[in-house]
Amino acid sequence: MRYSGFRVIAEALTGHKGWKPVWRDPDPQPEYDYIIIGGGGHGLATAYYLAKEFGQARIAVLEKGYLGGGNVGRNTTIIRSNYLLDGNEPFYEFSLKLWEGLEQDFNYNAMVSQRGIINLIHTDAQRDAATRRGNAMILNGADAELLSREQVRALYPWLNFDNARFPIKGAILQRRGGTVRHDAVAWGYARGADMRGVDLIQNCEVTGMRIENGRILGVETSRGYIGAKKVGVAVAGSSSKVMAHAGMRLPIESHVLQAFVSEGLKPLIDGVMTFGAGHFYVSQSDKGGLVFGGDIDGYNSYAQRGNLPVIEDVAEGGMALMPAIGRVRLLRTWGGIMDMSMDGSPIIDRTGIEGLYFNGGWCYGGFKATPASGWCFAHLLAKDESHITARAYRFDRFLKGLMIDEKGQGATPNLH
Amino acid sequence: MIIHHPILGPRDAQEFVYLGDASLIDRPDGMTAGVEAFHDYAYNRDNPAGEHRELWYHEQGDRSWLVVTRNTVTHEISRVELARDVARSRGRSK
Amino acid sequence: MTQSHRVAGGQIDRSQSLRFTFDGLPYQGHPGDTLASALLANGVRLMGRSFKYHRPRGPLSAGSEEPNALVELRTGGRQEPNTRATVAELYDGLEANSQNRWPGLRFDALAINDRLSTFFAAGFYYKTFMWPKSFWEKLYEPIIRRAAGLGSVSREEDPDAYDKGFLHCDLLVIGAGPAGLMAALTAGRAGKRVILADEDFRMGGRLNAETHAVGGVAGADWANVAVAELGAMPNVRLMARTTVVGAFDHGIYSAVERVSDHLPMPLSGKPRQVLWRIYSTRAILCGGATERPIAFENNDRPGIMLAGALRAYANRWGVKAGDRAAIFTNNDDGLRTAIDLQAKGVDVMAVIDSREGGELLPGIRHLRGAEVIDSTGRLGLTSITVRQANGRNETIAVDALGVSGGWNPNVNIHSHHRSRPVWDASIAAFVPGADGPPGLLVAGAAAGVMATHAALRTGRDAAIAALGLAGATPDLPEAEDAPVRIMPLWHVAHGRGRAWIDQQNDVTVKDIKLAAQENFTSVEHMKRYTTLGMATDQGKTGNVIGLAIMAELTGRSIPETGTTIYRPPYTPVAMGTLAGRSRGKEFKPCRLTPSHHWAAEQGATFVEVGNWLRTQWVPKAGETEWRQSVDREVLATRRSVGICDVTTLGKIDIQGTDAGAFLDRVYANTFSTLAVGKCRYGLMLREDGIVFDDGTTARMGPHEYVMTTTTANAVTVFRHLEFCRQCLWPDMDVQLISTTEAWAQFSVAGPNARKLLEKVVDQDISDAAFPYMGAGNITVGGLRARLFRISFSGELAYEIAVPTRYGDALLREMLARGAEFEPIVYGTEALGVMRIEKGHVAGGELNGQSTALNMGLGKMVSKKKDSIGMVLSQREGLNDPSGYRLVGVRPVDPTAKLVAGSHFLEKGAAPVLANDGGWLTSKVFSPHVGCDIALGYLKGGDAKIGNRMRAVNLLSGLDTEVEIVSPHFVDPEGERLRG
Repeated sequence: MRYSGFRVIAEALTGHKGWKPVWRDPDPQPEYDYIIIGGGGHGLATAYYLAKEFGQARIAVLEKGYLGGGNVGRNTTIIRSNYLLDGNEPFYEFSLKLWEGLEQDFNYNAMVSQRGIINLIHTDAQRDAATRRGNAMILNGADAELLSREQVRALYPWLNFDNARFPIKGAILQRRGGTVRHDAVAWGYARGADMRGVDLIQNCEVTGMRIENGRILGVETSRGYIGAKKVGVAVAGSSSKVMAHAGMRLPIESHVLQAFVSEGLKPLIDGVMTFGAGHFYVSQSDKGGLVFGGDIDGYNSYAQRGNLPVIEDVAEGGMALMPAIGRVRLLRTWGGIMDMSMDGSPIIDRTGIEGLYFNGGWCYGGFKATPASGWCFAHLLAKDESHITARAYRFDRFLKGLMIDEKGQGATPNLH
Repeated sequence: MIIHHPILGPRDAQEFVYLGDASLIDRPDGMTAGVEAFHDYAYNRDNPAGEHRELWYHEQGDRSWLVVTRNTVTHEISRVELARDVARSRGRSK
Repeated sequence: MTQSHRVAGGQIDRSQSLRFTFDGLPYQGHPGDTLASALLANGVRLMGRSFKYHRPRGPLSAGSEEPNALVELRTGGRQEPNTRATVAELYDGLEANSQNRWPGLRFDALAINDRLSTFFAAGFYYKTFMWPKSFWEKLYEPIIRRAAGLGSVSREEDPDAYDKGFLHCDLLVIGAGPAGLMAALTAGRAGKRVILADEDFRMGGRLNAETHAVGGVAGADWANVAVAELGAMPNVRLMARTTVVGAFDHGIYSAVERVSDHLPMPLSGKPRQVLWRIYSTRAILCGGATERPIAFENNDRPGIMLAGALRAYANRWGVKAGDRAAIFTNNDDGLRTAIDLQAKGVDVMAVIDSREGGELLPGIRHLRGAEVIDSTGRLGLTSITVRQANGRNETIAVDALGVSGGWNPNVNIHSHHRSRPVWDASIAAFVPGADGPPGLLVAGAAAGVMATHAALRTGRDAAIAALGLAGATPDLPEAEDAPVRIMPLWHVAHGRGRAWIDQQNDVTVKDIKLAAQENFTSVEHMKRYTTLGMATDQGKTGNVIGLAIMAELTGRSIPETGTTIYRPPYTPVAMGTLAGRSRGKEFKPCRLTPSHHWAAEQGATFVEVGNWLRTQWVPKAGETEWRQSVDREVLATRRSVGICDVTTLGKIDIQGTDAGAFLDRVYANTFSTLAVGKCRYGLMLREDGIVFDDGTTARMGPHEYVMTTTTANAVTVFRHLEFCRQCLWPDMDVQLISTTEAWAQFSVAGPNARKLLEKVVDQDISDAAFPYMGAGNITVGGLRARLFRISFSGELAYEIAVPTRYGDALLREMLARGAEFEPIVYGTEALGVMRIEKGHVAGGELNGQSTALNMGLGKMVSKKKDSIGMVLSQREGLNDPSGYRLVGVRPVDPTAKLVAGSHFLEKGAAPVLANDGGWLTSKVFSPHVGCDIALGYLKGGDAKIGNRMRAVNLLSGLDTEVEIVSPHFVDPEGERLRG
C-alpha cells in the first residue's frame, strides 16, 4: 500500500481500519538465493536494494531479535559525509546522496533533515585539519564551509564563548549533514523489502554455517537449517560471533558505545554540533529531546550497557560547551555494541569462503552509512564485484598496508 | 568497574587505560617473522562474547600493566595478573 | 487565596506559611508541601498540558512517576524545565510557570491538535510529509519542531555549582520505606557501615501516606523513631533527597543528592546537587512500587489521579483533591483510599470496583462488577460515567477520581544490567528476575511484597542475607499483612474515544491497536512506533498497561510479550550534576609552564596545547598585531639569541644495563651505539609501521638515557614504553620514569646562544668541549642541570634543564646576565615558524597517518634489528614510490598567501578527487624568507622539487601558484647548528 497525505486523511476519516501490516511474518523457506544475516539497518537496506536495484529474488533476512533492533534503533541519528580520506569520502557522499532521495524512494517518511552539522574548532591545528578535510570533501563533490568564531556565535550565541577552557575559534560546517528518524529507516527498508517479496524472519538466530569444500551451503538457525546460494553477514557488533561460525577471526573488536537523550525541550539547537575539545556531540530531535553522545566506554563488551565514567565525561563536555544546559535533565542512556575495526573504517568484502560475504567494522559511524552500505553490499552480492565507492573496504587492506585511518590512531580500535 | 590490582587491591577502572586483547603480549620476533605473522598479531582478534583476557594499564597508579580476565557479556572479572608475570609464563624474556 | 482544600492532619508544618506563585498568581502552602500538594490545597488542579494533544492535565501521582504536572521552576539562569510539581519541595518565594502552552494554560491554541487527533494517530508522520521533497526541511519540520518540546531552557549559564563525591559502605539500602528502614536498622545495629538513601525529603516511604499502624503507633511515627535511631548511629549515613539512579558494574551505584533544591538558592559555598558514586558490594533495593491506572475514555482529566496518590495527598499533606470523590479499582488497595478519604471528610460518592462479587465496604457505595467508562470536565473533572454490573450507565458528579489498576514493583535498578523482570500473576505485576546486578537483593514492595509486615520482614531478612549476619535477629513490629487481591483490568472495553496509557506523550489504547494492526507487535516496535514510555516519566505508570494490551491483542501472554529494557537513570538527572565542577575554565586541568608567571608579567598571549597553557608570543610595547611580535621573535633569535620554554616536551629517564638494547627495539633507528655524552634524533613507529613520535634521546651514562617526546605524545609514549618493557621484554634490565614535571627545560637558540649560556653555566661549553649533539650533566651556579646541544630552530641551540622549581629563576637569570645579547623569549608561534623554516616535522606532519618514508626519513628505519613497527612498515601500501612525500612550498608571487589544509592541484587541473595531489600540512609567514612558506605532503613529491603547482583552498576560493621546494628553507647544510 502506498503512503501519502491523502491516505492518512482518508484513513483518519474511516477509523484507520485500512492500514495493513507493514511487513509479513513469514516462516523460513528451505532455501533462498540470498540470505542476509542481520535485520538491522544495513541488512534490511541490503535486502531492499538487492530486490529493487539489482533485480534479485528469493531473499531472506534473518534477525535474531526484532527488526531494527540493533544499532539502527540505538544511535544518535546523525548523517553527514564529512570524511577526510579517499577511501571513505566517496562512499559517505554516495550515502548522503541516497539519504537525500530515500523517502521518495521507499515511500516512508524517515524525516531526513539536512539542518547542517558543525564541527567546532578550538586550535589552529584543528583549523588546519578542518581545512584539509573541507577541501577533500569538496574535491569529492560534497559541501563544506569554514566558519569563523563570529559566524558560530551568530548561530549559537549561548555557547560558551567567554569562559571556556578551550575557546571556540571557528567551525567546519556541512549544510547537507543532519539527522534522520532512525527507527523509521529500518521500518522503511523493511517495508520496502517486504513489498518486494523479501522474507523478513524475526526471532531467527543463526547458530552455525554449513560449509563444504570452501563453499557455504546454508545456515543453521534457531528455526532450523536454511539453504542459500549466497550469504551476506551484516550484524555489526556481533560480527566476530557470527563469522566465528565460518572459522574466521576479524580485525574487529566489539565495544560498548553509550548514547543519551534529555527530556523534551523547546527548540534550542537547530543542527548537529560536535565539540572539538571534549567528547561530546549533540542535536535536538523533532520531539525536543537533546540527543547526544561521546566516546565509547573503551573496553571490549557485548553487554549493551555502559558505565558511569563515560556518562560523566560526556556531561562534562556538554556543560563545557553549553553552560545553559545545567538544569536540563538527562532522561535516558543506552548502550549498543559497536564493531570497532582496526583502522576505524568498515569492511564490505568477500571472504575466503565462496558464497559468504561480510559487511561490518562500522565502528560507531554505521548509521549514516546505512543506504550506501546496503547498496554496496547488494552490489557485491549480486555482481560479485565491489561497488566503485566501496572498493577500499577490503579485508586485505591491513595485510597490504592500505589502511583507511581517519583518526590516525593505528590498530587500536578503542581509539577510533 | 573495579579492578583488583594484585599489588594495590581494588581500584576503580577509571584509573586504568585499556589496550585490548592480551594476545598483544605474543609479539612475533621481527627478525624471523614476516608481514603475515605481524599482520595477524596486530590486526586480528578473537573478540569473544564471554571470557576475555585483556590488557589494562594502571596509568593513574603504579604503572603496572595487568592482564585482566573479564567476561565481556557480564563484565565480571575473574582474575587479575601482572602482565609481566603472564609475559614470562608465555616464554617472553628479553 | 485561602487553602480551600486543606484538611486536618498530615506531615506539614502549619505554624509556618510559605508564599509561592504559579503562572504569576500568588498562593500559600506550608513546609512539608510539594508544589503539587500546595496547589491542590489551593484548589488548583490544572497544572500542565500534554505533549501532543495539549490536553489539560493535573497531577496523576504524588511522586517521581509523574507524567503530567510538569512546570518550569524558577527563573533566569536557574529556570528548570519539566520539573515535576509532585516532587518539587515548596520553599518561600518559589516561582513556577506552566509550560508547553500558548498563550496560557487555560486557553492553549495548540489544543487544536486534540480536535484533530484522528489525523495524528500513532506513526502518522511516517506516512506523509514526503511531497514535495524540499518541503520537509522548509515547511513541515519547522512547524513540528516549534510545536514540539516541553519546557524551555534559559540561554543563560546555570549559576549554581555542582559537586561529585565518592562513598563506600558495607550495605547500600535504596529506599527508606518499611523494608528499607528495617534493612538499615538490622545492618546498623550489627555495626555495619550503612548508607540509606531515599529520593523523598522525608524518609518513611508509603508509611507517610498511610494510616495503618506499625508497632502500635502510626506508621509515619514508627518511621520517625526508626530514622532517629539510625541517625544516632555513627556507622549509618542517612541520605534523604537522594535518588539512586543507576546500578553499574561491580557494586557501583550512582546517586543524586538534591542538596539545595528545597531552598530559594544554594547556601553560600554549597552545591545545588551532588552526584555520588557509591561503592558497595552489597545493596538492597527497597524502592517500593508504583501504582498504575486503568485506561478508559477521557481518563486524563485534571482531578483523575492514582488512588494511592489521592490517599497520599489526604494523609501526608492534609489535602483533599476534591470535595466529591470516587474510586475506580480492580484491587483491594483502592478500597483503602475510599476509607481514608471518607475519614478526612471527603464525600466518597462511589467505589467502582471492577471485580465481581466479594465483600462490600461498609458505609460507602461500593459498586461491584462496575467500570468507569467516561468522564467530563474540560479543565477539571466534573463527572464520571459508570457502567454498572447490570449494564446500566450512571453519571456521577465528582471532582476527584482515584484509579487503581494495581501496583508495579519498582524493578528498575535491579534491571539496569538488562535482567528481565518476571511476571507474577498473583499480584498481576512484573517482579525482579534473575541475573540482577551481583550483590543486589530486593525487599518489600520492590520485590512484589506489598503488605507492610512482609516488607519489614523481607527488609530485615535481606540485610541478614546480604551481610551474612549471625546472632540476634531483630524483632519485627506488628503491622498489617493483608494479601494482594487483584483482578487484572488494563483498559475498559467501551466506546470509540481515546483512553490514555502514556499521558504525557498522549499514547492511547487506539494507538496500541493501530501498532498491532500494522504488525508493530514486538514491545520494542510498539514502544518506538507509538512513543509509549519515552516521555520524561519513562513509562513508570503506562508501560505495563501498554504491553498488557498488546498481549491481549496478539493472543500472547504478558510474560511472552515481555518488557522493554530498563535503563539508567531511574529518574532524570540534571546535566550540571553529571558534570560537577568540570565546566567553564575548570573543564580540564590546566598545566602551567615554569616560565608562565614571567610571561604573564610581560603580557604574553597563551595558547592551549593539550592541557598545557604555553606562551604563544610575548608582545613588546607598540606591537599591535601578533605577527609583529612573532616576526620580531624569529628575527631576534636568528640574529642573536632567543629563549623558549620547552618544558612541555615529554621527558623520560631510561636506565638499566639493557637501556640501549631497549631503545633499539622501541626506536626505528639505533641507540645502543650512541656515545655517552651525545644525543641523537629518534624516530618511533607504532607496530603498524606508521610514525608514532619523534624526539631526541641523550646518553647520559653507560646505562642511562634521557628521552624527549613531543608534547602531544608525552603520555602515550610513556605508556607504550611501559608496555614494551613489561609485556614484551619483561626480563630486560630497564627502568623508566617520567620526568616531564621534574625538569624545567629551555631552548636557547641563536648565534649568541653559547655566549649567553656561558654566563650562567659552571662548565666549559665551548664547541670543543660541548660539540653539536653533545649532552651532559652540568651545574648552574652549583645547581644540578642538564644541557643538550640540540636544535629545533636550525640555529646554534641548546636545551638546558634545571629542577622545575628553579625554572622561573633560570629564565630570569639568563635574561639578566645575557642582557648584552638582547635575548628575547619566543613562544610557540615563533617556534613553529623556525621549525618550518628548518623543515622539521611536527603536529601537522606527525598525524598518525604518515610513514618515515612520507616524511623523507625512510632510511632511518633500520632493518638490521627488530624494532616496533619495522616489519609492518615494509607493507607495499606504505612503500608506494608515488606516495606522499614531505616537500616545502612557497608562493611564486611572494605577496601571495598560503593556507594550511589547501590541496595541491596541477596547473589547469579541475578540482576533483582524481587530481588531488596532497595538501599543505603547516604554513607560516617566514620573516627569514620574506613570504608565506609551508610544508606539505605531495604525491611523488621528491620528484617534483622545482615544479610549479597550485595550492588551492576551495573553502575560501584561494588559488595560489606555488613552487615545490626542499622542506629546508634555512641553512639546509646545517652549518649554523655546528657553529
